[in-house]
Amino acid sequence: MTQETIALEVFRYRPEQEREPTFQTYEVPLRKDWVVLDALNYIKDEIDGTLTFRWSCRMGVCGSCGMMINGTPVLTCAAFLETYRPGPVRIEPLANFPVVRDLVILMSDFMEKLGRVKPWIITDKEKPVAEGEYLQTPTQLADFKQYSMCINCLLCYSACPVSGLEPDFIGPAAIALAQRYNLDSRDEGSAQRMEVLSQDDGIWQCTLVGECSAVCPKAVDPAGAIQRYKVASTNDWWRSKLMPWGK
Amino acid sequence: MKVSNEPLWWAFFGAGGALSALCVPALLFLVALAMPLGWIETPSYEAARALVHHPLARLFLFALISLSLLHWGHRFRYTLYDGLQLKHLESLIVLFCYGGAILGSVFTAFVLWQL
Ligand code: SF4
Ligand code: FES
Repeated sequence: MTQETIALEVFRYRPEQEREPTFQTYEVPLRKDWVVLDALNYIKDEIDGTLTFRWSCRMGVCGSCGMMINGTPVLTCAAFLETYRPGPVRIEPLANFPVVRDLVILMSDFMEKLGRVKPWIITDKEKPVAEGEYLQTPTQLADFKQYSMCINCLLCYSACPVSGLEPDFIGPAAIALAQRYNLDSRDEGSAQRMEVLSQDDGIWQCTLVGECSAVCPKAVDPAGAIQRYKVASTNDWWRSKLMPWGK
Repeated sequence: MKVSNEPLWWAFFGAGGALSALCVPALLFLVALAMPLGWIETPSYEAARALVHHPLARLFLFALISLSLLHWGHRFRYTLYDGLQLKHLESLIVLFCYGGAILGSVFTAFVLWQL
């Protein structure tokens, strides 16, 4: 029996030789055990070594292989080729980001936004080592664990229509990661993060479309994080208006 | 950098959404189905009027109607911004959506007051 094949229509953009992106079609074996990333690596190894894309772990951990497959943001290492039979399968770089080359997007805008929410544990006064560890109960861990699962794959930014329309929007993953630290019993930085997130380009551009949570491969539920944060920020706002002396 | 004033509208939006999701289906069931189909007895005009005349009933109706209107205003504002991509008409849209909701609330208060 001859090996069945499937066509991949791959987005190509080589800034040194073309001004507009094009699509290039590759015919690859349709193997049952292959994910889309395997097919891309097959192209790179056997057909066209110039195709450029990011990947590393091949197991849904590093968050670097996100792309649009038939218009939906997914991790290509978690997307079985067979699901797209009979094809063709359209593969594009993540939407809402500038493209560096082929399937590689520029992440610097996200990196800057992520830094703004101070995604690390902030304490007013550091405890001396001699005083021992910061202990945490399983319940306290459960409060933020879900948000700590984020792998910075940026699928949520690609899925979010508001991110597309409002490039200043700080975005789903950055807010979920802010919550990851806000809800950590060891952290004391929530007021600093509130200052950043209660701006117009913080949480308030979110209109609860919910696509971020639908595409997140790690069940982080950034949309839920944002809604919880809206409640906290609203309480804070009303308190500051009704009881300005309480600040 | 300035703290957003969105919490003002969002609080009304949230309250209106929760209240109408909770109460409107029950009210619709009673007034639009159960009563006309005779599943429960329809109160006489006088009895219904006496019911809404109670200050608490009027307060409830005012909260339900005005918060639902404010919920609409906030949702519709973003529908126009993002859905129809009319963000350049921002001040006009804000005026229309929240202004409309506030006008509707004032009118509601007036009607309920007159009862
Ligand atoms: S929240 Fe989910 S979709 Fe967004 S970057 Fe993190 S893991 Fe990816
Ligand atoms: S290659 Fe690491 S998440 Fe896909």
